[in-house]
Amino acid sequence: MATSSNNSPALLEIAEVSKSFGPVAVLRSVSLQVAKGEVVTIIGPSGSGKTTLLRCVNFLESYDSGSIRIDGKEVGYRDAGTRQRRSERDLAAMRAETGMVFQSFNLFPHLTAAGNIMLGLTKVRGKGSAEARAIAEHWLARVGLAHKADSLPAELSGGQQQRVGIARAVAMEPKILLLDEITSALDPELVGEVLAVVKSLAEDGMTMVMVTHEMAFARDASSRIVFMADGGVSAVGPPKEVLAAETTNERLRTFLARFRASHF
Amino acid sequence: MLSQILYALPFLAEGFAVTLWVSLLVVVLSLIAGVLLGVGLVYGPAPLRWAVRIFSDTIRGIPILVLMFFVYYGLPAVGLHLQSFWAAVLALTLFKMAQVVEYVRGAVASIPKGQSEAAMAIGLTFRQRLTSVIFPQAFRRFLPPWINGVTDAVKGSALVSLLGITDLMQAVNQVIGRTYEAMPLYILGALIYFAVNYALSYASRRLERRFAFIRD
Repeated sequence: MATSSNNSPALLEIAEVSKSFGPVAVLRSVSLQVAKGEVVTIIGPSGSGKTTLLRCVNFLESYDSGSIRIDGKEVGYRDAGTRQRRSERDLAAMRAETGMVFQSFNLFPHLTAAGNIMLGLTKVRGKGSAEARAIAEHWLARVGLAHKADSLPAELSGGQQQRVGIARAVAMEPKILLLDEITSALDPELVGEVLAVVKSLAEDGMTMVMVTHEMAFARDASSRIVFMADGGVSAVGPPKEVLAAETTNERLRTFLARFRASHF
Repeated sequence: MLSQILYALPFLAEGFAVTLWVSLLVVVLSLIAGVLLGVGLVYGPAPLRWAVRIFSDTIRGIPILVLMFFVYYGLPAVGLHLQSFWAAVLALTLFKMAQVVEYVRGAVASIPKGQSEAAMAIGLTFRQRLTSVIFPQAFRRFLPPWINGVTDAVKGSALVSLLGITDLMQAVNQVIGRTYEAMPLYILGALIYFAVNYALSYASRRLERRFAFIRD
Protein backbone atom coordinates (compact mmCIF):
# COMPACT_ATOMS: atom_id res chain seq x y z
CA MET A 1 0.00 0.00 0.00
CA ALA A 2 1.36 3.39 -0.92
CA THR A 3 1.67 5.87 1.91
CA SER A 4 2.52 9.54 1.83
CA SER A 5 5.76 10.46 0.18
CA ASN A 6 8.25 9.32 2.77
CA ASN A 7 10.85 12.00 2.18
CA SER A 8 8.74 14.75 3.84
CA PRO A 9 7.30 14.55 7.34
CA ALA A 10 3.51 14.49 7.64
CA LEU A 11 1.86 17.90 7.88
CA LEU A 12 -1.36 16.38 9.13
CA GLU A 13 -1.22 13.35 11.40
CA ILE A 14 -4.48 11.71 12.38
CA ALA A 15 -3.81 8.88 14.83
CA GLU A 16 -6.42 6.41 16.03
CA VAL A 17 -9.23 8.96 16.21
CA SER A 18 -12.55 7.63 17.42
CA LYS A 19 -15.85 9.38 17.94
CA SER A 20 -19.37 8.34 18.83
CA PHE A 21 -22.66 10.17 18.68
CA GLY A 22 -24.34 8.43 21.60
CA PRO A 23 -24.38 4.72 20.80
CA VAL A 24 -23.39 5.25 17.16
CA ALA A 25 -19.66 5.02 16.43
CA VAL A 26 -18.99 7.43 13.56
CA LEU A 27 -15.19 7.18 13.60
CA ARG A 28 -13.41 3.96 14.57
CA SER A 29 -9.75 4.44 15.24
CA VAL A 30 -9.02 6.36 12.06
CA SER A 31 -5.38 6.99 11.21
CA LEU A 32 -4.17 9.01 8.26
CA GLN A 33 -1.10 11.02 7.42
CA VAL A 34 -0.99 13.79 4.86
CA ALA A 35 2.31 15.21 3.66
CA LYS A 36 2.87 18.82 2.67
CA GLY A 37 1.65 19.44 -0.87
CA GLU A 38 -0.45 16.29 -1.01
CA VAL A 39 -4.03 16.24 -2.21
CA VAL A 40 -5.91 13.52 -0.37
CA THR A 41 -9.47 12.72 -1.36
CA ILE A 42 -11.84 10.91 0.95
CA ILE A 43 -14.61 8.91 -0.66
CA GLY A 44 -17.15 6.53 0.73
CA PRO A 45 -20.86 5.93 1.20
CA SER A 46 -22.86 8.49 3.17
CA GLY A 47 -22.65 7.88 6.89
CA SER A 48 -19.14 6.50 6.57
CA GLY A 49 -17.67 9.34 8.65
CA LYS A 50 -15.92 11.31 5.87
CA THR A 51 -17.33 14.68 6.73
CA THR A 52 -17.02 14.08 10.47
CA LEU A 53 -13.35 13.25 10.06
CA LEU A 54 -12.79 16.43 8.06
CA ARG A 55 -14.59 18.50 10.69
CA CYS A 56 -12.44 16.98 13.43
CA VAL A 57 -9.32 18.29 11.68
CA ASN A 58 -10.25 21.91 12.42
CA PHE A 59 -12.13 20.93 15.56
CA LEU A 60 -15.59 21.91 14.39
CA GLU A 61 -16.27 18.49 15.91
CA SER A 62 -14.56 17.16 18.99
CA TYR A 63 -13.48 13.54 19.14
CA ASP A 64 -13.48 11.01 21.96
CA SER A 65 -9.98 9.59 21.68
CA GLY A 66 -6.89 9.64 19.53
CA SER A 67 -4.86 12.56 18.33
CA ILE A 68 -4.86 15.00 15.42
CA ARG A 69 -1.75 17.05 14.82
CA ILE A 70 -0.99 19.75 12.28
CA ASP A 71 2.68 20.58 11.94
CA GLY A 72 3.28 18.59 15.11
CA LYS A 73 0.75 20.61 17.14
CA GLU A 74 -2.20 18.88 18.75
CA VAL A 75 -5.37 20.46 17.32
CA GLY A 76 -8.23 20.58 19.80
CA TYR A 77 -6.62 19.55 23.07
CA ARG A 78 -3.65 20.80 25.01
CA ASP A 79 -2.23 17.32 24.56
CA ALA A 80 -3.66 13.98 23.53
CA GLY A 81 -2.99 12.48 26.96
CA THR A 82 -4.91 14.78 29.30
CA ARG A 83 -7.44 15.67 26.62
CA GLN A 84 -7.90 19.08 28.18
CA ARG A 85 -9.68 21.24 25.63
CA ARG A 86 -7.76 24.23 24.37
CA SER A 87 -8.94 27.70 25.34
CA GLU A 88 -11.27 29.56 23.00
CA ARG A 89 -8.44 31.85 21.93
CA ASP A 90 -6.09 28.92 21.27
CA LEU A 91 -8.73 27.07 19.27
CA ALA A 92 -9.38 30.14 17.14
CA ALA A 93 -5.65 30.50 16.47
CA MET A 94 -5.40 26.81 15.52
CA ARG A 95 -8.39 27.05 13.22
CA ALA A 96 -6.86 30.01 11.43
CA GLU A 97 -4.13 27.60 10.26
CA THR A 98 -6.64 25.39 8.45
CA GLY A 99 -8.92 26.66 5.74
CA MET A 100 -12.34 25.13 5.21
CA VAL A 101 -14.74 25.30 2.29
CA PHE A 102 -18.29 24.15 2.93
CA GLN A 103 -20.88 22.30 0.89
CA SER A 104 -23.39 25.12 1.47
CA PHE A 105 -20.81 27.89 0.86
CA ASN A 106 -21.66 29.65 4.14
CA LEU A 107 -20.65 33.05 2.84
CA PHE A 108 -21.52 35.91 5.19
CA PRO A 109 -24.60 37.38 3.48
CA HIS A 110 -24.17 40.85 4.99
CA LEU A 111 -20.68 41.28 3.54
CA THR A 112 -19.55 41.71 -0.05
CA ALA A 113 -17.33 39.15 -1.75
CA ALA A 114 -14.29 41.19 -0.79
CA GLY A 115 -15.69 41.76 2.69
CA ASN A 116 -16.05 38.03 3.22
CA ILE A 117 -12.36 37.57 2.47
CA MET A 118 -11.22 40.63 4.41
CA LEU A 119 -12.94 39.68 7.67
CA GLY A 120 -10.40 37.04 8.71
CA LEU A 121 -7.51 39.08 7.37
CA THR A 122 -8.38 42.10 9.48
CA LYS A 123 -9.76 40.43 12.62
CA VAL A 124 -7.48 37.40 12.80
CA ARG A 125 -4.36 38.32 10.87
CA GLY A 126 -4.44 41.92 12.07
CA LYS A 127 -3.96 43.45 8.65
CA GLY A 128 -5.05 46.98 7.84
CA SER A 129 -8.10 47.30 5.64
CA ALA A 130 -6.17 48.58 2.60
CA GLU A 131 -3.80 45.62 2.70
CA ALA A 132 -6.67 43.20 3.36
CA ARG A 133 -8.57 44.67 0.42
CA ALA A 134 -5.55 44.20 -1.84
CA ILE A 135 -5.20 40.56 -0.75
CA ALA A 136 -8.93 40.01 -1.27
CA GLU A 137 -8.74 41.48 -4.76
CA HIS A 138 -5.72 39.31 -5.56
CA TRP A 139 -7.57 36.13 -4.58
CA LEU A 140 -10.80 37.18 -6.26
CA ALA A 141 -8.84 37.68 -9.47
CA ARG A 142 -7.26 34.30 -8.93
CA VAL A 143 -10.69 32.60 -8.80
CA GLY A 144 -11.89 34.66 -11.76
CA LEU A 145 -14.11 37.07 -9.84
CA ALA A 146 -12.13 40.32 -9.88
CA HIS A 147 -15.21 42.13 -11.17
CA LYS A 148 -17.43 40.85 -8.34
CA ALA A 149 -15.48 42.24 -5.37
CA ASP A 150 -18.32 44.49 -4.30
CA SER A 151 -21.18 42.10 -4.98
CA LEU A 152 -23.17 40.63 -2.13
CA PRO A 153 -23.34 36.82 -1.98
CA ALA A 154 -27.02 36.88 -2.96
CA GLU A 155 -26.04 38.58 -6.21
CA LEU A 156 -23.70 35.72 -7.16
CA SER A 157 -24.40 32.34 -8.71
CA GLY A 158 -23.70 29.20 -6.69
CA GLY A 159 -20.45 28.56 -8.51
CA GLN A 160 -19.35 32.14 -7.95
CA GLN A 161 -20.26 31.96 -4.28
CA GLN A 162 -18.25 28.81 -3.86
CA ARG A 163 -15.26 30.36 -5.55
CA VAL A 164 -15.50 33.26 -3.09
CA GLY A 165 -15.68 30.60 -0.36
CA ILE A 166 -12.43 29.11 -1.62
CA ALA A 167 -10.80 32.55 -1.89
CA ARG A 168 -11.91 33.34 1.67
CA ALA A 169 -10.23 30.17 2.92
CA VAL A 170 -6.94 30.39 1.01
CA ALA A 171 -6.47 34.15 1.57
CA MET A 172 -5.70 33.26 5.19
CA GLU A 173 -2.72 31.27 3.90
CA PRO A 174 -3.68 28.13 5.77
CA LYS A 175 -1.29 25.23 6.11
CA ILE A 176 -3.96 22.90 4.92
CA LEU A 177 -7.24 23.32 3.07
CA LEU A 178 -10.28 21.20 3.91
CA LEU A 179 -12.94 20.85 1.23
CA ASP A 180 -16.24 19.35 2.34
CA GLU A 181 -18.28 18.21 -0.68
CA ILE A 182 -17.87 21.65 -2.14
CA THR A 183 -19.63 20.93 -5.43
CA SER A 184 -22.54 18.87 -4.06
CA ALA A 185 -24.89 21.84 -3.80
CA LEU A 186 -24.07 23.15 -7.28
CA ASP A 187 -25.94 22.78 -10.53
CA PRO A 188 -23.99 20.39 -12.76
CA GLU A 189 -22.94 23.12 -15.19
CA LEU A 190 -21.32 25.10 -12.38
CA VAL A 191 -19.22 22.25 -10.96
CA GLY A 192 -16.45 22.63 -13.51
CA GLU A 193 -15.55 26.24 -12.70
CA VAL A 194 -15.15 25.36 -9.01
CA LEU A 195 -13.09 22.25 -9.63
CA ALA A 196 -10.84 24.21 -11.97
CA VAL A 197 -9.98 26.53 -9.08
CA VAL A 198 -9.24 23.56 -6.81
CA LYS A 199 -7.04 22.04 -9.45
CA SER A 200 -5.00 25.21 -9.90
CA LEU A 201 -4.50 25.42 -6.12
CA ALA A 202 -3.29 21.82 -6.12
CA GLU A 203 -0.82 22.67 -8.84
CA ASP A 204 0.48 25.48 -6.64
CA GLY A 205 1.28 22.95 -3.96
CA MET A 206 -1.59 23.65 -1.56
CA THR A 207 -2.06 20.75 0.84
CA MET A 208 -5.65 19.62 0.63
CA VAL A 209 -7.98 17.07 2.13
CA MET A 210 -11.28 16.85 0.35
CA VAL A 211 -14.46 14.89 0.62
CA THR A 212 -16.13 14.55 -2.75
CA HIS A 213 -18.41 12.49 -4.91
CA GLU A 214 -16.71 13.70 -8.09
CA MET A 215 -14.87 10.48 -8.88
CA ALA A 216 -13.37 11.68 -12.13
CA PHE A 217 -11.96 14.72 -10.39
CA ALA A 218 -10.69 12.61 -7.49
CA ARG A 219 -8.92 10.33 -9.94
CA ASP A 220 -7.28 13.21 -11.81
CA ALA A 221 -6.41 15.59 -8.99
CA SER A 222 -5.55 13.42 -5.99
CA SER A 223 -2.21 12.16 -4.77
CA ARG A 224 -4.04 9.54 -2.78
CA ILE A 225 -7.58 8.40 -2.25
CA VAL A 226 -8.95 7.23 1.08
CA PHE A 227 -11.99 4.99 1.05
CA MET A 228 -13.97 5.14 4.27
CA ALA A 229 -16.64 2.68 5.33
CA ASP A 230 -18.41 2.32 8.67
CA GLY A 231 -16.29 5.00 10.30
CA GLY A 232 -12.95 3.43 9.42
CA VAL A 233 -10.36 3.69 6.67
CA SER A 234 -11.08 0.72 4.47
CA ALA A 235 -8.59 1.41 1.68
CA VAL A 236 -5.98 4.03 0.93
CA GLY A 237 -3.61 4.49 -1.97
CA PRO A 238 -2.99 6.20 -5.29
CA PRO A 239 -6.14 6.79 -7.36
CA LYS A 240 -5.33 4.09 -9.88
CA GLU A 241 -5.03 1.48 -7.15
CA VAL A 242 -8.07 2.45 -5.13
CA LEU A 243 -10.39 3.06 -8.07
CA ALA A 244 -9.31 -0.10 -9.90
CA ALA A 245 -12.31 -2.16 -10.83
CA GLU A 246 -10.61 -5.40 -9.87
CA THR A 247 -10.00 -4.42 -6.24
CA THR A 248 -10.26 -7.25 -3.76
CA ASN A 249 -11.82 -4.98 -1.15
CA GLU A 250 -15.42 -6.13 -1.08
CA ARG A 251 -16.93 -2.94 0.34
CA LEU A 252 -14.97 -0.75 -2.02
CA ARG A 253 -15.99 -2.84 -5.00
CA THR A 254 -19.65 -2.57 -4.03
CA PHE A 255 -19.32 1.17 -3.53
CA LEU A 256 -17.63 1.71 -6.87
CA ALA A 257 -20.07 -0.53 -8.70
CA ARG A 258 -23.04 1.28 -7.21
CA PHE A 259 -21.36 4.56 -7.97
CA ARG A 260 -20.69 3.71 -11.59
CA ALA A 261 -24.25 2.47 -11.99
CA SER A 262 -25.68 5.74 -10.77
CA HIS A 263 -23.22 8.20 -12.30
CA PHE A 264 -22.23 6.91 -15.69
CA MET B 1 -66.50 73.75 22.19
CA LEU B 2 -63.50 74.62 20.07
CA SER B 3 -62.39 77.30 22.47
CA GLN B 4 -62.63 74.87 25.36
CA ILE B 5 -60.42 72.43 23.57
CA LEU B 6 -57.95 75.12 22.59
CA TYR B 7 -57.91 76.23 26.19
CA ALA B 8 -57.07 72.66 27.24
CA LEU B 9 -54.26 72.19 24.72
CA PRO B 10 -51.34 73.16 26.98
CA PHE B 11 -52.63 70.70 29.58
CA LEU B 12 -52.93 67.98 26.95
CA ALA B 13 -49.43 68.79 25.77
CA GLU B 14 -48.10 68.21 29.27
CA GLY B 15 -49.83 64.85 29.33
CA PHE B 16 -48.42 64.04 25.94
CA ALA B 17 -44.92 64.85 27.22
CA VAL B 18 -45.42 62.36 30.05
CA THR B 19 -46.59 59.72 27.56
CA LEU B 20 -43.48 60.27 25.46
CA TRP B 21 -41.21 60.23 28.51
CA VAL B 22 -42.70 56.97 29.85
CA SER B 23 -42.52 55.38 26.40
CA LEU B 24 -38.93 56.44 25.86
CA LEU B 25 -37.81 55.14 29.26
CA VAL B 26 -39.59 51.83 28.76
CA VAL B 27 -38.27 51.36 25.23
CA VAL B 28 -34.66 52.20 26.05
CA LEU B 29 -34.46 50.33 29.36
CA SER B 30 -36.20 47.24 28.01
CA LEU B 31 -33.95 47.26 24.95
CA ILE B 32 -30.74 47.29 26.96
CA ALA B 33 -31.85 44.76 29.58
CA GLY B 34 -33.70 42.59 27.07
CA VAL B 35 -30.77 42.30 24.67
CA LEU B 36 -28.41 41.37 27.52
CA LEU B 37 -30.81 38.73 28.86
CA GLY B 38 -31.63 37.52 25.34
CA VAL B 39 -27.96 36.93 24.57
CA GLY B 40 -27.69 35.22 27.96
CA LEU B 41 -30.62 33.02 27.03
CA VAL B 42 -28.87 31.84 23.86
CA TYR B 43 -25.24 31.67 24.93
CA GLY B 44 -25.21 31.82 28.73
CA PRO B 45 -24.50 29.00 31.19
CA ALA B 46 -27.41 26.72 32.05
CA PRO B 47 -28.48 28.41 35.32
CA LEU B 48 -28.68 31.81 33.59
CA ARG B 49 -30.63 30.31 30.71
CA TRP B 50 -33.15 28.76 33.09
CA ALA B 51 -33.50 31.98 35.06
CA VAL B 52 -34.15 34.02 31.90
CA ARG B 53 -36.53 31.38 30.57
CA ILE B 54 -38.57 31.39 33.78
CA PHE B 55 -38.56 35.21 33.95
CA SER B 56 -39.68 35.59 30.36
CA ASP B 57 -42.38 32.92 30.46
CA THR B 58 -43.76 34.23 33.74
CA ILE B 59 -43.88 37.87 32.71
CA ARG B 60 -45.38 37.15 29.32
CA GLY B 61 -48.12 35.12 30.97
CA ILE B 62 -49.36 37.99 33.14
CA PRO B 63 -51.54 40.90 31.94
CA ILE B 64 -49.60 44.17 32.03
CA LEU B 65 -52.23 45.69 34.26
CA VAL B 66 -51.82 42.96 36.87
CA LEU B 67 -48.06 43.44 36.71
CA MET B 68 -48.42 47.18 37.18
CA PHE B 69 -50.77 46.90 40.15
CA PHE B 70 -48.53 44.21 41.63
CA VAL B 71 -45.47 46.47 41.46
CA TYR B 72 -47.31 49.51 42.84
CA TYR B 73 -49.66 47.99 45.40
CA GLY B 74 -47.98 44.62 46.03
CA LEU B 75 -44.30 45.34 46.42
CA PRO B 76 -44.70 47.71 49.40
CA ALA B 77 -45.57 44.55 51.36
CA VAL B 78 -41.93 43.53 51.01
CA GLY B 79 -40.70 47.03 51.75
CA LEU B 80 -40.31 48.30 48.20
CA HIS B 81 -42.20 51.57 47.86
CA LEU B 82 -42.05 53.11 44.39
CA GLN B 83 -43.63 56.34 43.24
CA SER B 84 -46.50 55.65 40.91
CA PHE B 85 -44.49 56.94 37.93
CA TRP B 86 -41.54 54.59 38.55
CA ALA B 87 -43.76 51.68 39.46
CA ALA B 88 -45.48 52.07 36.11
CA VAL B 89 -42.19 52.42 34.24
CA LEU B 90 -40.78 49.33 36.01
CA ALA B 91 -43.83 47.21 35.24
CA LEU B 92 -43.99 48.25 31.59
CA THR B 93 -40.22 47.75 31.24
CA LEU B 94 -40.37 44.23 32.69
CA PHE B 95 -43.16 43.38 30.30
CA LYS B 96 -41.41 44.81 27.25
CA MET B 97 -38.11 43.26 28.33
CA ALA B 98 -39.60 39.79 28.22
CA GLN B 99 -40.65 40.47 24.63
CA VAL B 100 -37.24 41.81 23.65
CA VAL B 101 -35.66 38.66 25.10
CA GLU B 102 -37.79 36.57 22.75
CA TYR B 103 -37.06 38.77 19.73
CA VAL B 104 -33.33 38.47 20.39
CA ARG B 105 -33.52 34.72 20.90
CA GLY B 106 -35.54 34.28 17.73
CA ALA B 107 -33.27 36.53 15.69
CA VAL B 108 -30.06 34.83 16.82
CA ALA B 109 -31.53 31.34 16.47
CA SER B 110 -32.59 32.12 12.90
CA ILE B 111 -28.98 32.54 11.76
CA PRO B 112 -27.91 29.22 10.21
CA LYS B 113 -25.30 27.15 12.09
CA GLY B 114 -23.09 27.29 9.01
CA GLN B 115 -22.48 30.99 9.65
CA SER B 116 -20.89 30.27 13.02
CA GLU B 117 -18.91 27.42 11.55
CA ALA B 118 -17.60 29.49 8.67
CA ALA B 119 -16.63 32.19 11.16
CA MET B 120 -14.90 29.59 13.35
CA ALA B 121 -13.11 28.14 10.35
CA ILE B 122 -11.37 31.42 9.56
CA GLY B 123 -10.22 31.65 13.17
CA LEU B 124 -12.60 34.21 14.69
CA THR B 125 -12.98 33.99 18.47
CA PHE B 126 -16.40 33.61 20.07
CA ARG B 127 -16.70 37.34 20.67
CA GLN B 128 -15.61 38.17 17.12
CA ARG B 129 -18.09 35.67 15.71
CA LEU B 130 -20.89 37.37 17.59
CA THR B 131 -19.94 40.94 16.75
CA SER B 132 -18.85 40.48 13.14
CA VAL B 133 -21.05 37.66 11.88
CA ILE B 134 -24.02 36.76 14.07
CA PHE B 135 -25.23 40.09 15.46
CA PRO B 136 -25.14 42.07 12.18
CA GLN B 137 -27.34 39.41 10.62
CA ALA B 138 -29.54 38.92 13.68
CA PHE B 139 -30.08 42.69 13.91
CA ARG B 140 -31.99 42.68 10.63
CA ARG B 141 -34.31 39.98 11.91
CA PHE B 142 -34.70 41.70 15.26
CA LEU B 143 -35.67 45.09 13.87
CA PRO B 144 -39.19 44.52 12.46
CA PRO B 145 -40.75 42.80 15.50
CA TRP B 146 -38.98 45.18 17.84
CA ILE B 147 -40.33 48.29 16.10
CA ASN B 148 -43.79 46.77 16.29
CA GLY B 149 -43.10 46.39 19.97
CA VAL B 150 -42.14 50.06 20.25
CA THR B 151 -45.52 51.16 18.93
CA ASP B 152 -47.12 48.74 21.40
CA ALA B 153 -45.14 50.40 24.16
CA VAL B 154 -46.47 53.83 23.21
CA LYS B 155 -50.03 52.56 23.15
CA GLY B 156 -49.53 50.49 26.30
CA SER B 157 -48.24 53.53 28.16
CA ALA B 158 -51.88 54.71 28.37
CA LEU B 159 -52.25 52.17 31.19
CA VAL B 160 -50.17 54.36 33.50
CA SER B 161 -53.21 56.62 33.79
CA LEU B 162 -54.70 53.89 35.97
CA LEU B 163 -52.06 54.63 38.60
CA GLY B 164 -53.18 58.26 38.56
CA ILE B 165 -50.32 59.50 36.40
CA THR B 166 -51.30 62.40 34.17
CA ASP B 167 -50.23 61.12 30.79
CA LEU B 168 -52.03 61.95 27.56
CA MET B 169 -54.81 59.49 28.33
CA GLN B 170 -55.38 60.85 31.81
CA ALA B 171 -55.18 64.45 30.57
CA VAL B 172 -57.84 63.73 27.97
CA ASN B 173 -60.06 62.15 30.62
CA GLN B 174 -59.63 65.13 32.93
CA VAL B 175 -60.48 67.64 30.21
CA ILE B 176 -63.57 65.59 29.37
CA GLY B 177 -64.46 65.68 33.04
CA ARG B 178 -64.48 69.46 32.90
CA THR B 179 -66.00 70.00 29.47
CA TYR B 180 -68.21 66.95 28.83
CA GLU B 181 -66.89 66.94 25.23
CA ALA B 182 -66.02 63.24 25.16
CA MET B 183 -66.27 62.61 21.44
CA PRO B 184 -63.97 65.35 20.06
CA LEU B 185 -61.42 64.90 22.84
CA TYR B 186 -61.12 61.13 22.44
CA ILE B 187 -60.74 61.68 18.71
CA LEU B 188 -58.03 64.24 19.37
CA GLY B 189 -56.26 61.85 21.78
CA ALA B 190 -56.52 58.99 19.30
CA LEU B 191 -55.10 61.19 16.55
CA ILE B 192 -52.08 62.08 18.66
CA TYR B 193 -51.35 58.42 19.49
CA PHE B 194 -51.86 57.56 15.85
CA ALA B 195 -49.52 60.31 14.65
CA VAL B 196 -46.72 59.07 16.91
CA ASN B 197 -47.13 55.46 15.87
CA TYR B 198 -47.48 56.30 12.22
CA ALA B 199 -44.23 58.24 12.38
CA LEU B 200 -42.59 55.25 14.07
CA SER B 201 -43.86 52.80 11.47
CA TYR B 202 -42.62 55.06 8.72
CA ALA B 203 -39.20 55.35 10.32
CA SER B 204 -39.06 51.58 10.77
CA ARG B 205 -39.77 50.93 7.11
CA ARG B 206 -36.94 53.30 6.25
CA LEU B 207 -34.65 51.55 8.72
CA GLU B 208 -35.52 48.08 7.45
CA ARG B 209 -34.78 49.11 3.90
CA ARG B 210 -31.55 50.72 5.00
CA PHE B 211 -30.35 47.52 6.66
CA ALA B 212 -31.76 45.04 4.18
CA PHE B 213 -29.55 42.75 2.19
CA ILE B 214 -30.75 40.52 -0.54
CA ARG B 215 -31.03 36.95 0.63
CA ASP B 216 -31.06 33.88 -1.51
